[in-house]
Amino acid sequence: MTFVSQLKCRECGRAYEVAPLHVCEWCFGPLEAAYDYDAIRSSVTREKIAQGPSSIWRYADLLPADRGSAVDLGAGFTPLVRAERLAGALGLGELWIKNDTLNPTNSFKDRVVAVGLSKALEFGFKTAACASTGNLANSVAAHATRAGMKSYVFIPANLESGKVVATAVYGGNVVAVDGNYDDVNRLCAELAGTYPWAFVNVNLRPYYAEGSKTLAFETAEQLGWRFPDHVVVPMASGSQLTKISKGFEELANVGLIDEPPDVRVSGAQALGCSPIASAFLSGSDTIKPVKPDTIAKSLAIGNPADGYFALDVVRNSGGGMAAVTDEEIIDGIKLLARTEGIFTETAGGVTIATLKRLTEEGAVRPDECVVAYITGHGLKTLEALTATVGPTATIAPTIDAFTSAFSIDEE
Amino acid sequence: MATTVRIPTALRTLTGGASEVSVDGSTVGEVLKSLDAAHPGMAERLFDGAGALRRFVNVFVADEDIRFLDGLSTPVAEGQPVSIIPAVAGG
Repeated sequence: MTFVSQLKCRECGRAYEVAPLHVCEWCFGPLEAAYDYDAIRSSVTREKIAQGPSSIWRYADLLPADRGSAVDLGAGFTPLVRAERLAGALGLGELWIKNDTLNPTNSFKDRVVAVGLSKALEFGFKTAACASTGNLANSVAAHATRAGMKSYVFIPANLESGKVVATAVYGGNVVAVDGNYDDVNRLCAELAGTYPWAFVNVNLRPYYAEGSKTLAFETAEQLGWRFPDHVVVPMASGSQLTKISKGFEELANVGLIDEPPDVRVSGAQALGCSPIASAFLSGSDTIKPVKPDTIAKSLAIGNPADGYFALDVVRNSGGGMAAVTDEEIIDGIKLLARTEGIFTETAGGVTIATLKRLTEEGAVRPDECVVAYITGHGLKTLEALTATVGPTATIAPTIDAFTSAFSIDEE
Repeated sequence: MATTVRIPTALRTLTGGASEVSVDGSTVGEVLKSLDAAHPGMAERLFDGAGALRRFVNVFVADEDIRFLDGLSTPVAEGQPVSIIPAVAGG
């Protein structure tokens, strides 16, 4: 069982039954899972969570899918690591990295897919599908196989080769579409009305998106059941950022933490695809779609579905946003790798570069407990680094060759 | 001039279940006006009180978002389909 009572339109508040629906029939607003928080409050405790599995399913009471029939590759409960060297390099104090590269298919997408496809099985779907910038493709292909479902995964044809291989290996259908992500997304929105498939980020989106709340639940639990002061989150559609904020609020709503959250939420985008950050930085209430051109392909959504909500969350919480260049992204990847030993894909480079910018601007402060979300592994986007990272020296297999290439001045 | 309009699932209650309908118009604004005339109720679903497209309604002409073109004034040429698509997918 779950504690979801209904779906509710975020724009006009109309209620819908729990079904594979994602759009309000009246105003086209997005539908969101609504819970019976009173019932959850009398079910959930810190002790019960601690006795649960080391995965997102330890928070099943706050998720819209039943743990008993979960599609489970072990998504979630990734390390929250103290980042003292990076903090030192940036001039920050208590800095933590949520290392979500360590999920089953090496990105946070395993959290949302596990929830979305578990719900798809409850609804009786036999085929999983998605529109993806790459990480979601990997995750849907893997989880569909795990669940015994067929899969159709739609990706932009220009995706990084690692992300294509790491999807196709699971044996489902991989459809490379001649266009950008927004073209793929539009195609899938139309196909979802035609085929009886579980498109995790279309008709299953109200359930799927809830999986990102576990990033907030884990952060608070791993900090010893307290809220951080400030989080920095990458933004593509804006959904993850919005759900992290919702997750913190729910912890107070159901009594797992006594105080209401006072978490500043900041959003990170790449300059080559920054529709949300542009609206924020120019003080606009209108998000203008863009044609993406950035190495951060996993964030390359030019027409962000949750952009307005992300804008609201960041403004209302007193957070900031930045749009960082491809060069800053590469520097961010290297900085994280060379201070903390964590290798992130380009999206994580965007997060670190934004953290650096916001720290320099004084928006992120040394007296805050700060958490940066690193949501995908560096092996997925090797192309971004091959021009600037390589062997220190290439030598013949002789001692002479080594000593002439390196002057070693330590013992 | 007749234009094919692709109707999303959420609006098919107004078209008797049809996923495509044919209406007249030489701009997106005219096409949507004709759509409302042929299938009353469309306009109040697509437009807000101020007469602008609701923010979660995306309209495409020949697969291009009209926000990259000329909005409701975007011309619709012979044979170009118009698609109405909810914006709340993806990511």
